[in-house]
Amino acid sequence: MSAPVLSRPTVGLIALALVTALVALDALRAEPVDPFTVPPPSALGSGQAPSGAHCSAG
Amino acid sequence: MLARRLSLVGFGLVLVVATFSWAGPRAALLVLIGLGFGLVLEGLRFGFAGPWRVLVTERDARGLMAQLLAIGATAAVALPLLAAAPGELAGAHAPVGIGMILGAFVFGAAMQVAMGCGSGTLVNAGSGNLVGLVALVGFVGGSFAGTLHLGWWTGLGSLPVITLQGVAGHGGGLVLTLAALALVGALAWRHALPGRRLPPGRLWLAAGLIAALALANLAVAGQPWGIVYGLGLWGAKVAEAAGADLAATAFWSAPANAERLASSVLTDVTSLTNIGLLVGAFLAMRWRRAPDAPAAALSAAGWGAILLAGLVLGYSARMAFGCNVGAFFSGISTGSLHGWVWFAAAFAGSVLGLRLRDLVHGLRPVAVAERPA
Repeated sequence: MSAPVLSRPTVGLIALALVTALVALDALRAEPVDPFTVPPPSALGSGQAPSGAHCSAG
Repeated sequence: MLARRLSLVGFGLVLVVATFSWAGPRAALLVLIGLGFGLVLEGLRFGFAGPWRVLVTERDARGLMAQLLAIGATAAVALPLLAAAPGELAGAHAPVGIGMILGAFVFGAAMQVAMGCGSGTLVNAGSGNLVGLVALVGFVGGSFAGTLHLGWWTGLGSLPVITLQGVAGHGGGLVLTLAALALVGALAWRHALPGRRLPPGRLWLAAGLIAALALANLAVAGQPWGIVYGLGLWGAKVAEAAGADLAATAFWSAPANAERLASSVLTDVTSLTNIGLLVGAFLAMRWRRAPDAPAAALSAAGWGAILLAGLVLGYSARMAFGCNVGAFFSGISTGSLHGWVWFAAAFAGSVLGLRLRDLVHGLRPVAVAERPA
């Protein structure tokens, strides 16, 4: 048994749809972003310690 | 054709503007950087798993040379930047340990089976490769599952975090990093067949662009380019939406991770670049006059094997403190010893994975065109 072969544009659109669904689901559940507390455009020169999470961190 | 390309440009701009309006300028810049990664990786066919494969099977070192060039160019700027702004920027530094080495070895094997690494899986999915999309679903699940057991794996034993700049000073760390990259390049050069040593112009350009984007990522995000954390976070958010109580887990109850879990995914730097990367790969694929042939037609067992390989990729990347991007590329280019150990272990695993790959893809019922991962 083999799955039907989907074209690349179709599969690409499915990938985009899945990511969109994830962001939409998250928007319903997560705290909304406060536009007055978003970080400055660049960490370099901001004077702030990096606060993001990275795969190299436990 | 022109209308389609204009609409693709418009789509990319809308994505960046929408992110800006929703999550602010840094988030928009990170999506833009991610778009750049996707466009370069897919548009210029710059990969990680494929070049490692052909180095072994065809004695072709051109792709690996391009990787080393990109890492070296990034390190040449990133290490001085980290030294100049230690309060604002952080490297991809992690401890070398038993679980980390085992994870890297398994990751190297799995990436040859799934025909994609961390970035490659996202690129493949975005560019319409069904194998990549199935592997990505597994990757998300695996990297989330890996967070649940990370404490156990690190408890097997690990060294403290060691960086080359910590051992040899800032200047010495950069010299050591570039010298080690040159040594690997020399070994690859010696192993490769004549005519398969120097990268073509396309890969020189790609290496330069990847380095520039990686440095932009470091300056904007305050941390190096990464993939796995964001995918694990996506899995955690899906699990939580399905009713899982992650507050009881060590990883997701840690303050930094709990904050990411509670906050919008559009505030997580690796999620933002991952989204941009996937969309960028899609745009590059649609930019072409005609898309490549569909990439896969597998038996049910073959699809199961790809899903499992994706799961293993994600889990092992979490064990290894990163994938080819977070550990290999970003670890080495910011001086972390774990990046070098990851490289050695993953390359050894990759050799094993090439044998497994033949078994899995032998389940394929029809011949299909393959593209570099």
